[in-house]
Amino acid sequence: MKHFGESSVKFANPPSILGAAAIVGPKEGEGPLAKYFDKVSHDILFGKDTWEQAESELMRQTIETAVRKAGLPMKAINYILAGDLLNQNSGSIYGARSFERPFFGLFGACSAMGMGLTLGAMLIDGGFAENVVANASSHFCGAEKTFRFPLELGTQRTPTASWTVTGDGAAVISANGKGPYITAATTGAIVDLGQKDVNNMGAAMAPAAADVIAKHFGDLSLANDYYDVIATGDLGKYGNKLLVQLLQKQGLHFGDSLTDCGMLIYDAERQDVHAGGSGCGCCAAVLAGYFLNKIRSGEMKKLLFVPTGALHSVVTIQQGETIPATAHAVAIEAALPHFSE
Amino acid sequence: METSKSQAVQDYEKLVREISPKSAVLYNSVKAFFVGGTICAAAQLLYNFFEGRGFSRDDTGLLVAAVLIAAAVLLTALRIYDRLAKFAGAGTIVPITGFANSIAAPAIEHKKEGMILGLGAKMFVIAGPVIVYGTVTSVIVGLIYYFMK
Repeated sequence: MKHFGESSVKFANPPSILGAAAIVGPKEGEGPLAKYFDKVSHDILFGKDTWEQAESELMRQTIETAVRKAGLPMKAINYILAGDLLNQNSGSIYGARSFERPFFGLFGACSAMGMGLTLGAMLIDGGFAENVVANASSHFCGAEKTFRFPLELGTQRTPTASWTVTGDGAAVISANGKGPYITAATTGAIVDLGQKDVNNMGAAMAPAAADVIAKHFGDLSLANDYYDVIATGDLGKYGNKLLVQLLQKQGLHFGDSLTDCGMLIYDAERQDVHAGGSGCGCCAAVLAGYFLNKIRSGEMKKLLFVPTGALHSVVTIQQGETIPATAHAVAIEAALPHFSE
Repeated sequence: METSKSQAVQDYEKLVREISPKSAVLYNSVKAFFVGGTICAAAQLLYNFFEGRGFSRDDTGLLVAAVLIAAAVLLTALRIYDRLAKFAGAGTIVPITGFANSIAAPAIEHKKEGMILGLGAKMFVIAGPVIVYGTVTSVIVGLIYYFMK
């Protein structure tokens, strides 16, 4: 059995991330992580006519880059697993259309990258695939149009609102390769602590992140200092504060090793993004661009990557429902555990 | 089980309130007051201008409204109105310019879905409720006025 405890798995033959790529939009290109991304597009439309086409083009380019960096032809990819925020996953579907590879569309809102990495690693360790692409994308303008207001509408954001990242991160996971390895994963349940404010998504998602992190450490009997970095997806700075409190209640103290991709991708003060970055592409691009580079260069050895997603729809919120959330924890390590010990 | 769940929800709500900052209501109100006031003052200047040209009181009112609407739509298309509104908040929402912006912005955003189902249908997605409830309220007030007169 590779299943451990309540909701975790350990991979018998941990798959490697053979190549990864991150492409972002102009605002992210002005942020502190700019130099880590494979490409910064200064055109928010990515040469297309609509926001929706722009996101698909962004996704297509990122996957193409990741597969090329992995040194594989597109034909060698057995499955593409991809998710985004547009209705019916259309960002991913139109983006992957030209690849003509077997495709699974994922819906986990901004937790999509965690789902993709988990399922991809399961497919490979299960012997059903040799190479899989996990991808997640988001586009600020497309997300505003889908979930909030037209861009030109005069509104004010609340202090807890976040800024949807225009970006995409793709990872080629493979049965071959010498790391970074996906060693374990914990899949989140749907957690809802009654939050209703769609302008405070960090608060809605923090309980899901706390739940999955606690289960990960419990299921796998890990010491609190096992990981160099625990990075949640897009809780933002207030969601991060809430997470720290929720984890402390369960006796989990991570100190400075606990961070959030939404806090890293922008300079919150200078770039006026309030709580921080959000969106499927936020943590995907930070992982593919920043963290995997840090692991490859040896600066970081063990990362727990925890993409977080708010799973409401515009309709359910208008009907007075609360915001359900989820989070998926994926352990990414520079070396295989039994080699390092 | 039910009670412990609702207790957890209440406890968490308390924690969220503690940690999440509130909007700066007083500061935002001051900004809204001055920007809204400036728009109204500009409208008064326009009013005096048209009145000075010999237009009737009714026509002057209509002309002022038309100029403000046109200006707001132009500023929306030039991507200036949303930036001003980010600063001014209700100061740019309450005047008639805010209403114009609320129609122009979705029209621009949804033009890509076609002139009928996109621009035409989505144009009133924000202003629609204002029109509906404005009309309903005016009918009720009109009826009260009619019977009390």
